[in-house]
Amino acid sequence: MQETIMSREEIFEKIQEVLDDALGVDEDEVTPGASLTADLGAESIDFLDIVFRLEKTFDFKISQGELFPEGLTDNEEWVTDGKLTDAGLSMLRERMKHVDFDAFGASDRDISKIGDLITVNSLVNFVEIKLAS
Amino acid sequence: MWIDCILEHEADSRLVAIKNVSLAEEHLHDHLVDGKPIMPFSLMIEGMAQTAGIIVGSTSGFKEKVILAKIAKATLDCDVTVGDTIRYDATIEQIDTAGAKTMGIIDRRIAGGDAWERIGKVELLFSHIDNNMAGVSFPEHNFVFSDNFKMILDTAGLSGLVEV
Repeated sequence: MQETIMSREEIFEKIQEVLDDALGVDEDEVTPGASLTADLGAESIDFLDIVFRLEKTFDFKISQGELFPEGLTDNEEWVTDGKLTDAGLSMLRERMKHVDFDAFGASDRDISKIGDLITVNSLVNFVEIKLAS
Repeated sequence: MWIDCILEHEADSRLVAIKNVSLAEEHLHDHLVDGKPIMPFSLMIEGMAQTAGIIVGSTSGFKEKVILAKIAKATLDCDVTVGDTIRYDATIEQIDTAGAKTMGIIDRRIAGGDAWERIGKVELLFSHIDNNMAGVSFPEHNFVFSDNFKMILDTAGLSGLVEV
């Protein structure tokens, strides 16, 4: 059986198509640093659409909360007064290795802005990690 | 309801329903193109959403609250008018605890004709709201259960889909 390894560039091109279909954005707007919510206008329900499209495109299953952070505010250990705690940050770093939390960790950690951390690049990272596992 | 009856049912995967377009429906009196009453596409999308929503809801015995979350894509190639019949053919493409994605085909049979022709496609996304609204509570009863809805299931012999 021949195994095909997909390059980051190939993954990126497929993600451009996924976001083009899910969000109705032009492919040239889908740059590696573009945030799904802040730059590409994704809303919460679009995340479900993106998950389904990624599953179909790359032929793997994505569990709820695996790609996008969910249920953080349910746990006071993770979020206090609308801010991500050190424990919350550690938990996210461990669970979501595809996301770069460095700048967020050094900021005021406003939980309402955490969705902005999901960039096109983090989707590429996610797919790369999933395909390698 | 924007469907009249269910024609086919494949458990947990596909549902086919039809809608007869009649001048008795008031909305057609106000939706004219070149003087001809035309079925609004928005209501055809609603008909597809109801067809697809039934098959999605049936996978959990209608215990999950399923709502239409997004019209991912919708195309229609020609108009439907009075006397025509619309067929909605909805298939579940993907489903999990968070929601479901369905692909729907719209066919038309023109008044007095026998043949069906494909006239549109509608791709929909449904959300299982109990799993997606983080702590927001909803009424215990399932709000899709109108009397019309129950009658359509009974007529198709599908009342067993509903878990009591």
